[in-house]
Amino acid sequence: MNRHLISIADLNRDDALLILDTAEELAQVADRPIRKLPTLRGRTVVNLFFEDSTRTRISFEAAAKRLSADVINFSAKGSSVAKGESLKDTALTLEAMGADAVVIRHAASGAAHRLAGWVRGSVVNAGDGMHEHPTQALLDAFTIRRRLGRIDGLAVTIVGDVLHSRVARSNVLLLRLLGADVTLVAPPTLLPVAVSSWPCEVSYDLDSLLPKSDVVMMLRVQAERMNAAYFPTVREYSRRYGLDADRMQTLPEHAIVMHPGPMNRGVEIAADVADSARSTIVEQVANGVSVRMAVLYLLLGGAQAGGSQLEAAR
Amino acid sequence: MTGDGAQPWLIRGARLLGGPATDLLLADGLIVEAGTGISARGAQVLDADGLIALPGLVDLHAHLREPGREDAETVQTGTAAAALGGFTAVHAMANTDPVADTAGVVEQIWRLGRQAGHCDVQPVGAVTAGLAGSRLAELGAMADSAARVRIFSDDGRCVSDAVLMRRALEYVKAFDGVIAQHAQEPRLTEGAQVNEGEVSGRVGLTGWPAVAEEAIIARDCLLAAHVGSALHVCHVSTAGSVEIIRWAKSKGWRVTAEVTPHHLLLTDELVAGYDPVYKVNPPLRTAADVAALRQGLADGTIDCVATDHAPHPVEEKDTEWQVAAFGMTGLETALRVVHQAMVQPGLLDWAGVADRMSVRPAAIGRLDGAAGAVRVPAAGHAHSSGRQAGGTHGSGSGTHGSGTHGGGSYEAGPALVHGRPLIPGSPANLALYDEATRSVVDPTMHASRSRNTPFSGVELPGRVQATFLRGRPTVLDGKLTR
Repeated sequence: MNRHLISIADLNRDDALLILDTAEELAQVADRPIRKLPTLRGRTVVNLFFEDSTRTRISFEAAAKRLSADVINFSAKGSSVAKGESLKDTALTLEAMGADAVVIRHAASGAAHRLAGWVRGSVVNAGDGMHEHPTQALLDAFTIRRRLGRIDGLAVTIVGDVLHSRVARSNVLLLRLLGADVTLVAPPTLLPVAVSSWPCEVSYDLDSLLPKSDVVMMLRVQAERMNAAYFPTVREYSRRYGLDADRMQTLPEHAIVMHPGPMNRGVEIAADVADSARSTIVEQVANGVSVRMAVLYLLLGGAQAGGSQLEAAR
Repeated sequence: MTGDGAQPWLIRGARLLGGPATDLLLADGLIVEAGTGISARGAQVLDADGLIALPGLVDLHAHLREPGREDAETVQTGTAAAALGGFTAVHAMANTDPVADTAGVVEQIWRLGRQAGHCDVQPVGAVTAGLAGSRLAELGAMADSAARVRIFSDDGRCVSDAVLMRRALEYVKAFDGVIAQHAQEPRLTEGAQVNEGEVSGRVGLTGWPAVAEEAIIARDCLLAAHVGSALHVCHVSTAGSVEIIRWAKSKGWRVTAEVTPHHLLLTDELVAGYDPVYKVNPPLRTAADVAALRQGLADGTIDCVATDHAPHPVEEKDTEWQVAAFGMTGLETALRVVHQAMVQPGLLDWAGVADRMSVRPAAIGRLDGAAGAVRVPAAGHAHSSGRQAGGTHGSGSGTHGSGTHGGGSYEAGPALVHGRPLIPGSPANLALYDEATRSVVDPTMHASRSRNTPFSGVELPGRVQATFLRGRPTVLDGKLTR
C-alpha cells in the first residue's frame, strides 16, 4: 500500500481487499468487553478538520483510540486558521509536533494531496472538496459485502448530485475495482460533462433501474444546489430522483438502501425508507469505525510489521 | 561589457531569420549595414557564428505588477526578464493598483520603463474605470498621453456587458485604438478552476467550459464587424475559439488574436497533481486544443504569441488549488517554448517565429511605425516630456530621419518602432538565439521577481544569447548587461 490514502486510485484490488479483510477482523474488537488494541500505542494521529463534520471526525477519533493512538483534534473554528494561517503553515506546525498520521477534511479539492507534499507522516483523506472521500467508499463496500456477501457482479445504482459528490467519485472507482457494475442516476445538470469517461453507466431514469439494482445509494442534495438552477424545485427533484416507499417496493427482495449521511429526509430519501429493514444507514456508521481502524493500522502499523502485529494483538 | 547606443557593434555571422550567415553593423541605434565581410571599423565585435538573428521580440501581454504589487514584480525586474527572453518591447497590462485607467498612471508606467532601460514598455490602458466593467475609462486621455496608449484591455476581467463592449470598440476608432478582450463569460465561469472536461470531473475542481470563452469571442467578432473597429482576442485557448476567429477573418473583419506559450505546450492533465503552478486563466486545455492552437498559429489565424507573464509571490501559489492565484511567468521562456512547440515539429520556421513574435504583435500594438512613431527623447529631456503631441510622429518608415518636432522637446533619435525587418535603416532591435543548445529551466536563475514558471525542471531547447535595444546590448552572453 501507499504511505497515504488520498484517492481510491491509489489502491489496487489487493490493497482494497486487504483493507476490507483487516476491517472485518478489527470489527470483532467492537464486540469485546474491552474495545481496545495496543497496536498504535505511542503513535500520534491528528484530526485536521477544516469543515464541520462531526460524524467523520468522531469516527476517525474512535478508530484511532481503539488502536491506542494519541489523538489530537484540530478544527478550523477558533484556530490559527481563523487568523489567516495558511494550510502549509498549519501542516508544518503539526509536523513539528510529530504527527504520525494526519486525517484531513477540507473544502478544497486536492487539499489532502497538497498536505502530503508538506508533511512526513501518512495523510488520510477524510473528504476534500468535490474530489474524493475514500474511507466512505471503503465503509460502503464493507457494508455491502457484509449484507450481500460479495461485491463482484452486483448492480449498484448511485443516485443524486454526482457532480459535486466526493462520495460518488470514490465509490465509482472502488466498486468498479471490486467488480460491481455501477450506474449513476441524476438529472443531467448534476452529472459531470465528461461522465461518459467514467467506468460506469449513466441514466436519467431511476424507475427503470430499481428492479435490477442490488444496491441503491442515495446522495445528499446540498442546500446550496437548491436555488442554483440545477433543478426547478425540491419537490420536482424529489418526485423524479427521490427514493420513497413506492419506489422501494420495486427493488428486488434482497436489495439494500444506503446513504452516506447526513440525510435530507423527505428530499432524496423518504423517512420510512431510511428507517426500513433494507436501510444500512446505521450500520454504515458503525462499519466506518472498523474500516478507519483498518486504514490507520495498515498505514501506520501494518506497513512495517506485515500482519504480525494484528495477529499478536488478537 | 555595457556600451551604449553610441558604441557601434558588429555582429558577425548571424543567420538572419535562420538564413545564411550575415554580418550586421549597428550604429546610432540603427542597423546601418548588412552583408558579408563587413569591416569592424572600431566597432565592438560580437561573434554570432551559428546564432539566429530575430527582430527584437514584442510582447502584447505582460503583467509587470507595478504600481501596487512590487512584491511580485517591478517594471525593473519584469523588463529585465523580458530582455533575457529576447524582447525589446512589452505591453504592460492595466490591472495594477491603482489601475492604469488614467493618463497619469499610464505615464508613470511608461516612465518607469524608460528608466529601467531593459526594453520599451508600452502601457495598456483599462477599458473601464477601475476595471469595474460599468463605465468607460478616459480612453482618449490615455491615447493622447506621453504613453500613447493604443491597446485597451480589462485583462483579467471580461468586458461582458455587450453595450459597453460595443461603445469601447466604437470609441477607440477615433485614435486607431484596439480593444483587447479577455474572453470569459462570467456567469459560466463562477468559481471555475480548470478546463471543464474529463480532468475536471476526475479531480473534482469546478469546470471552466470552452464555451465561456468562445461565446464572448463570437459576440465580440460580430460587434467589431458591426461597428467596423479592431478587436484583439487575448490568450485564445480552445479549438473552438480558433475556428470562430478563422471564420471572422475570412469575412475580412478586423480581428486579431494571440496565444500564450503555455497553451501551446501544456495540457490540463497537469492539473491532476493539484500543483497551483499550473493554475492559469484561461485554464490549460486538452491535447486537441493544443493541436488546434498550434495549427492556428502556424496558418496565421492566430496572429501572435503573447506571454501573459503573470508573476506571483510564493505564498500565493504554495497553497491548496482553490485559493491560489491564477497565472504563470513566461517572458524568460517564451521563445524557447515556441521553439519546442512550433519550430521543432516543423509548424513554423524562424521567419515565421519573427512574424508571430515581433512583426505582427508590433503591428497590433501600433509600434511598427506604420501610423507614425514616437522618437526617443534625448538624454536629459526624458523627464520633461509632458504630453506627447501627435505632431512628433516620424515619417513612418522607421528610418533615422532628422525628425519632426511637434513639441520641440525631442532631439532626433531612432524611432520607438519594433518589428521592422533586419535591414539597414531599421532600428537595431534584435535578439540572437542559439538553437543548438538545450538546458533545464531553473527559476532561481530568472530575473523575474517571481518563480511561478510551469517549466521549472523542464528541459527546453535554445538560449537567448544577446538582445539589442536600439543598438545597445541589454543582454550579452545570456546575461543582463546592467
